[in-house]
Parts: sequence; structure tokens; C-alpha cells
Amino acid sequence: MWAILSVLVENKPGVLFKITHLFRSRNFNIDSISVGITDNPDYSRMTITSYGDEKQIEQIVKQLDKMIDTVEVKHLDEHKTVFRELCIFKLKLSNANDSMEVNKLANAYGGKVHDVKKDSIMVEITSTPDQIKAFEELAKPFGIIDVARTGVTALQRSGA
Amino acid sequence: MEKNLINIMESMTGAKALMTAMEKEGVKEVFGLPGGANLPMYDEFSRCDIRHILVRHEQSASHMADGFGRVSRKPGVCFATSGPGATNILTGIATAQADSAPMIAVTGQVPVAMIGKDAFQESDIIGMANPVVKYAFQPRTPGEVPEVVKKGFYIAETGRPGPVLIDVPKDVQQNEAPMNFPDEFKIQGYHPWTDPDIIACEKAIEMLLNSEKPIILAGGGTIISSAFAELQSIAETLMLPVVTTFKGKGAFPENHPLSLGPIGMHGHAEANKMMAEADCVLAIGTRFSDRSVGTFEAFEKRLKIIHMDVDPAEIGKNQTTNLAVVGDVRTSLRIMVKLLLQKQIKKTEESVWFKHVRETKEYWKENLKLHPGEMGAAKILRKLREVLPKESIITTEVGQHQMWASLFYDVIQPGTFFSSTGLGTMGWGFPASIGAKVARPDVPVVDIAGDGSFSMTENSLATAVLEDIPVIVFVLNNSTLGMVAQWQRTFYDRRMVGVDQGGCPDYVKLAESYGAQGIRAQSMDELDKAIKSAISSEVATVIDIPIDPEEDVLPFVAPGTSLSDMILPS
Repeated sequence: MWAILSVLVENKPGVLFKITHLFRSRNFNIDSISVGITDNPDYSRMTITSYGDEKQIEQIVKQLDKMIDTVEVKHLDEHKTVFRELCIFKLKLSNANDSMEVNKLANAYGGKVHDVKKDSIMVEITSTPDQIKAFEELAKPFGIIDVARTGVTALQRSGA
Repeated sequence: MEKNLINIMESMTGAKALMTAMEKEGVKEVFGLPGGANLPMYDEFSRCDIRHILVRHEQSASHMADGFGRVSRKPGVCFATSGPGATNILTGIATAQADSAPMIAVTGQVPVAMIGKDAFQESDIIGMANPVVKYAFQPRTPGEVPEVVKKGFYIAETGRPGPVLIDVPKDVQQNEAPMNFPDEFKIQGYHPWTDPDIIACEKAIEMLLNSEKPIILAGGGTIISSAFAELQSIAETLMLPVVTTFKGKGAFPENHPLSLGPIGMHGHAEANKMMAEADCVLAIGTRFSDRSVGTFEAFEKRLKIIHMDVDPAEIGKNQTTNLAVVGDVRTSLRIMVKLLLQKQIKKTEESVWFKHVRETKEYWKENLKLHPGEMGAAKILRKLREVLPKESIITTEVGQHQMWASLFYDVIQPGTFFSSTGLGTMGWGFPASIGAKVARPDVPVVDIAGDGSFSMTENSLATAVLEDIPVIVFVLNNSTLGMVAQWQRTFYDRRMVGVDQGGCPDYVKLAESYGAQGIRAQSMDELDKAIKSAISSEVATVIDIPIDPEEDVLPFVAPGTSLSDMILPS
């Protein structure tokens, strides 16, 4: 299963290293990781996505919780969570119509277009990983030059 | 308040603050070796009451601190310089972590401005040690030192104990700052203890009462939390046979009628048999390591498991359990004892299961085939047990002698047997025995050793002699890396590679060259005299006992098989 973990950590040097090292040494996988400071500068929030069966995910949560630098660890239920990822695609423009087609496609996914050149264009999409995957499939025929993704970030919905 | 103000105002160097903070923690001894990057801290020994015990290799300092910590249940402290000094203690730190032993390792580091420049004797010890410490600190300013020490000791000794590394850059040791020694501090993400769940304790009793073949499996956590009386009370009240893990050896008196001894790869035959037949186990403070349980799959379908542990991350890590009781195991067991009293539950009649357990125990007592020679391992270790007072402390090295000690040396007083069980560090036992003797100078301390392991840290003889720490090294000498040789005989068709020690060195002469007593014992009579002489000796003693290099440790549960598939002596 795919799991979104929200890990509130003390904002100090070396914590990201310890978290990633824990995944490596315990034989877990990091699918994506995004880190940023919270409104309280003492803490950062890491959003980590990982794959594993229920038992493995439970172990990851427990091992993260055991770490002294983690303040709170949550396995988020994706149905009760707002989760998004930002992705930038650089696509090829080969035909005269391509620019317009890419614009249409970007609009359909709530994306923005940047850096329009004669033979390339950039599209910024902020969505769920599924939607980004869907966009990627549709963008493939144009030719994908490069992709950069932030990894998922997430917050639990109120009352969830 | 006034006193507090004075504390805040006092200015001193980081090195002095470190020593002062350690004195406040009750530290009386430090095991270590000086070098360029920790000299300011060493200079403080000349001005404080902490005793410095010099080692000949930093690895030994870490094992001494570990042995001290396991016996005293307070963190032992070791000092090493930066670079190679720091990397030399890594094995000791990893050993302490694997066996949940409280330890404070203090390393010197190059000055803050030099960090990351590949300076002379610089090593990124924080990065290297990260996976094998409970926590690591690197104060960057002298003013941080008092709180770092306070937090370090708190983390090392609370909850599931473990090693804490404090890496102190040289300028942080040298520079002065106004120091505040706090009494209180906050570590937000650290919750060492959970209150045990009374309902879970009640359920545990119910499960044990409703099963036909209940058993207790006591792990190392039982010893760490000193839950000896509570364990015995529950075992006796419910008439439960007690097996232990190897780390848990001696959690329960091994001469008790309910004791079956350790299970595992080289567990007692009766313990492995009964564990394999049980239908409900109260597992206390154990991680269900592969060496202890082999493959549990064969009988876990009918085995109900109650898992009691202070570390929530151990629940379900290696073994799926039916009931978890998270919290300090001594507190949990106390709740169970209380509930049993309240409910007036006390078993007096022998159940069918109990009779079967007793008969099995008697059968194996009579029928386990032992080495026929006068100097067989069982006879040697039983002799040691016979002569040593029951309160004596044992440490062991790692290998055949260790497993023979597990099989044939009965621990009578709980909490007097210590071994590197998790990491399996050869060379641990001798320095650990020195640390143990420093913690308990009033009792004999014996390192049960093999020649291979003893070779690894034998230069600690210098420490034992010069610092007047009269420990006893009991070398079962087969001039072979015996356990490896046994695997080569068993699994590699007797192709013996890299195991012959060639009778080198002569351990009697070696001991004497350090100024220790060296005795060779080649008969039971000589052995008896040697042990008695060692106990009354004012200097450390090495007893060299030549044994048959072909003797195997049996029973033997081959890796990846079930406890019920033991290889027995033929």
C-alpha cells in the first residue's frame, strides 16, 4: 500500500539525515519526501510517502516515533487529507499546433504555462500524484524533455 | 534562588563544565585514552575527583563502560580522542546499542572551524555513529555543554537504555562561557515510558489461565528493569515454567524447579522442547531475535503470544503477537502480581502440562550426552559454578565457550550474567569484566573466555594490573576459533579454513608478562585450586584451560530451522 506519513520534527541540523538513514538502515523505502519549516520556527514538517504492507508501514511509524528528534508522527488517511505535489514538465514543441494543444491540456489540469520557446514549453501542475501521472501520459506524445517534482506535501482535514 | 544565580554567573571552560556536569551525575570513573583533541578534558582530571582508568585501546574503554553500565544500571563513561580514537569505540557503542546498555561516550573533535575540512584526526563520528547510538550530541558552543551532559545521561539510562555519544570540538572544550547547570530540561520528542495498561495485564492473566500449556519467556528487558522478584512471584503463583532468551539468562534463578534455562540456537534441550510445545507464552522484554526463536512459524499457529516490552517499536517488529503490554516490564509485572493477589489466584496442583515439563527436565538432566574426557566443557563450567560464590558476576566473550556457559553454568542470583548477545562482539567480555569489577569491587568477577576472543582485547591486562582491578579470565583454550570450526565441521564437510590459532600465545606467560597471575589447569584438581587461588588473588588472574578442539556445542538448532529440530549429541 501507498502511505502518506506526516512527521513533525525539531528544526535543527542533521534531522533529515537521521530520518533518511532510518529508512535505509531498516530496509524501508522512501517514495517521496518534502520538508519545510512550520509557522513555529522550532519545527519542520516532513511529508514522506512510502510503499509497504500494513505491518511495514506500522513499523515505519513506530521507528519514526521512537526517534528523539520527532515530535509527532502520523500515518494520514488519504481520504481525510489534502495532499498535493508540484510538478514542472518541459515539453517539446514540434508542430505549429503544439503550443495551443499543450495550453489546453495544462488548463484541463489546472496548470500554468511558463517559458514558452519556439521548440519547447514548460507546464507547472499542482495536483495529486495520480493526476500528475495522468497528465504525464497525455503529455508524452509531445515529447517530455525533463521533469522535476517536489514530492507530496499533505495536511489532515479538520475534524478528520 | 541565590545559589541559582551564582550558578548562572559562573564562567568556566567547556572542558571543566563537562567534568562538573558529569560529577553532578555521580560519575566516579572514566575509562579512556587521551589524544590531541581531548586534552583539555584530560587536563581537568588533574583538578577533579573523577578517577581516570587508562586503557591500551579505545575499543576496550567502550566495553569497560558498557560492563560498568550493565552491572550498575547507571551509564558507564568512556573517553576517546577524535579520528581513530573515535572510530575505535564504534564497535563498543554498537555493542551497547544492540544489548540496550546505558553508556556515555565522549569524543574529542577538531575545532568547529576545522570541521568538514578533512583536518588531521578528523572523523565524522556523529555521522558514523548515528545508526548505533540512542542519541548523539555535538555542542558547538561551550555554554551548551552542561545541558547536553544532563540530557545525555537522561536519555542513556531511561526507557530502553542505550549509548549516547557526546562529540566535543576542541575549541568548545577550551573556550569559556558563563555556565548554567540546569536541573530541569525538556526533550519534546522523547517519551521513555508509557504507563502499562491494566486491562492488558488483566487480559494477559486470563490468557495464561485459559491455556493448557503456558510458559514464560524472559528476555534481557527483565534483567534491565530488575523485575526478578515480580517474575518469580508470577511464575510461582501460576506454576509457569520459565525459559529465557540468552540475553535473559539469569533473569530467573536457574536452580529453581520452574527454570528450564535459555532457549535458542544453543538453548537447553528441555527449554527448546517445552517452548516448542507451549500454547501460550508470556514474553517479557525480548525482541524475538533469530538466535533465540529460530523460525517460530512452525508452531506460532497454536501459540498465543503476550508481548511485554518498554519499546513500542518492538511490538510486531519480528513477531506478530496476540496481546501487547507496552511499558516498563517491572511495572507491568507488578500490576499482574497485584491482580493475582486481589483475585486470590494461586495454583497449587500440578497440571498435566507441569508434570510433563518436570519429566522432560529430568529426562534431559540424565540423558544429555556430554564430552567423555575429564576436561569436557560441561565439567569445567560446573566446577566453576561449584567454587564461585553465588553473587559472583560473569561476563563472557563470544563463541563456543559462551554457549557452553549458557548451557552449563547455572546463574543462581539473578542479574549476575552478562554477555554480548546482540552484536556478538568477540573481545567484549574481558574489558567488560573490568568495568563490572569497578562497579562491584566486592564480588568476584569472571570473564568466561575462549582463546580467540581473549586475543582481541587481551592488552586490557595492563589496565587490570596497573589499576588494581583483580578480575579473573577463564580461558577455555582449544587454540581454535571454535564456533567457526564447529560450523565448518557441521556445514562445510570439515574443510577447516582460518580457524587454527597454533597454540599462540602462551596465556600463562602472557599474563605474567603483564604482572598478572597466570595458571594452567589441566585436571579438575588443578582447576579447583586455580579458581580458589584466583578468587583470593590481589592481582588479575588468567586461568588457561586446554580443552579438546573437536568438542562441539550441542544441542544446536541450525540457522533458519525450528526450535523443535535440534541437533543433539550422538
